[in-house]
Amino acid sequence: MPSEGEVQLRERLNRLRSLPLLRGARLSGELERLQRQLDRIVAEPSDEEIWRSVELARHPDRPYTLDYVERMLEDFVELHGDRGRADDAALVTGLGRFDGQTVALIGHQKGRDIQERSKRNFGMAYPEGYRKAMRIMELADRHGFPLITLVDTPGAYPGVAAEQHGQGGMIARSQAEMARLRTPIVSCIIGEGGSGGAIAIAVADRVLMHENAIYSVISPEGCAAILWRDAGEAQKAAAAFKPDARHCLELGVVDAIVPEPPEGAHTDPDAAAALLKAAIGESLDELAGLSGDELRRRRRARFRSLGTLEIVKTP
Amino acid sequence: MAARIDVSIEHKHAPPEAQADGKPHPNTCPGCGSHYRDDELAEHLNVCPQCGHHFPMRALARIHSLTDEGSFAEEAAELRSDDPLGFFDLRPYTERLAEAEMTTGLGDAMLIGSATLDNAPFELAVMDFAFMGGSMGRVVGEKFSRACEAAAERNVPLVSVTASGGARMQEGILSLMQLPKTVCAVEDLHDAGGAMISVMAHPTTAGVLASFASLGDVIVAEPGALLSFTGPRVVQQTTREKLPEDFGLAESNYRFGHLDAIVPRPELRDYVARLLRLFGNAE
Repeated sequence: MPSEGEVQLRERLNRLRSLPLLRGARLSGELERLQRQLDRIVAEPSDEEIWRSVELARHPDRPYTLDYVERMLEDFVELHGDRGRADDAALVTGLGRFDGQTVALIGHQKGRDIQERSKRNFGMAYPEGYRKAMRIMELADRHGFPLITLVDTPGAYPGVAAEQHGQGGMIARSQAEMARLRTPIVSCIIGEGGSGGAIAIAVADRVLMHENAIYSVISPEGCAAILWRDAGEAQKAAAAFKPDARHCLELGVVDAIVPEPPEGAHTDPDAAAALLKAAIGESLDELAGLSGDELRRRRRARFRSLGTLEIVKTP
Repeated sequence: MAARIDVSIEHKHAPPEAQADGKPHPNTCPGCGSHYRDDELAEHLNVCPQCGHHFPMRALARIHSLTDEGSFAEEAAELRSDDPLGFFDLRPYTERLAEAEMTTGLGDAMLIGSATLDNAPFELAVMDFAFMGGSMGRVVGEKFSRACEAAAERNVPLVSVTASGGARMQEGILSLMQLPKTVCAVEDLHDAGGAMISVMAHPTTAGVLASFASLGDVIVAEPGALLSFTGPRVVQQTTREKLPEDFGLAESNYRFGHLDAIVPRPELRDYVARLLRLFGNAE
């Protein structure tokens, strides 16, 4: 568990880090000083801590999208259907009021009990779900509503029909749609950020991540099955590819970590929702006042720059 | 000097010699069992003359097959990946990288550069499955993005040829970030008025299918190519569904409306040339 001092430092560091993107100014001296401080406080998360994140991110009582919606948004109206084929219950979409402002919301929804899990397909969306999400993105853009997306999926559904309906292409187009929007977008990884199914709705101006969420290119089990040829080695795989929030922050993949109640979001959903709301509100405030074209330009620049700096050039 | 006599032996129906690991020889056609010498395959663009099966094609051969002789000028050749996570599975990632570079002679799983085809200038991005399964890490993402930039700058179409198992696990979440990165690059290219032609070779799956490869203005595939977000084995294991015989193949994708055409490799050069003429006019 990060100490309070660390959380504060992290937050400050994140705010500073995001400044150059926002206002074009560089505060590298201050950044470095904070980073050094932070490095002293934070030891590398241990393999056990990383696995604890995996377990907490998948905790059956962890708050899901609709738990946050009812605590963060007023006048929420859920919107259904992709206007083509189906209404995918693994993705919830709708409109609501956030601090008095109309916002559009997209979020994965896992089920709480067996029946709901099967209805929601464990939060694994079909292409129809992503097409519904794209419809809501367009709607938000048309009316200038900020877009909030909450990511919580083991991955896009790996089924025959999903493939036949174009799972890969739809995930690509959903990202493209987000890259085109001229309205502010804030995403938060609230549980499992599982690969393509997650990034499909996470191409945002500000990407937040819950302290105990995970965000990864493949599930620990999937990675273990391929590289170790044994899905039972999931713990080793997770330790190797580091899906925890601290590593994602350090790699620049997320812009800030959203703190959770001390024992995890599931122990106090109200407090977790208040913390999440504060973080999203702060992000939206930072983005307010930027023109649509500028938002779009910076959003693309943010993703274009990811991972570029560390590439080694050989002579 | 004694005259050299070349003896051509008909060995197409010779029983294929099994490899040490039990897999059939890479030059043995999985479609009809015919066996070929390297030069025979190369002569036919790695397509089985008997049954039309498309063997994998290496990046350099692909470039040769889609460009005017000597017109390809490689860009960003110097890019190499480091090891951002200190990734270690059964072997260190750095070792896998070094080995892949040794065996393939490539810096990573994609080559980009400028070229002409029938004198029409274009930008080309070609993947090579032989380099760690054509997986997309940061170097592939960066190279593809630069190819988009180069195409936009020179106002020429971009042709991408993909062959990839998806995102590269060894670069973790940074590999996943190459999906939005390449998507944003295509969007910038499109905003600049540029066109992208996506050619999907076998296999184009997972992270590459779920990003730039699916965003071409025109998308074509080679016959029999596997184009699926999730591979058949994982779908089978996860869902226990009975898979259709053509699960995820180009033919199935075409039937369901995800492709503009299935183009056999021998016709691809002319097909791409025709598209370059069409898009080249739209300046």
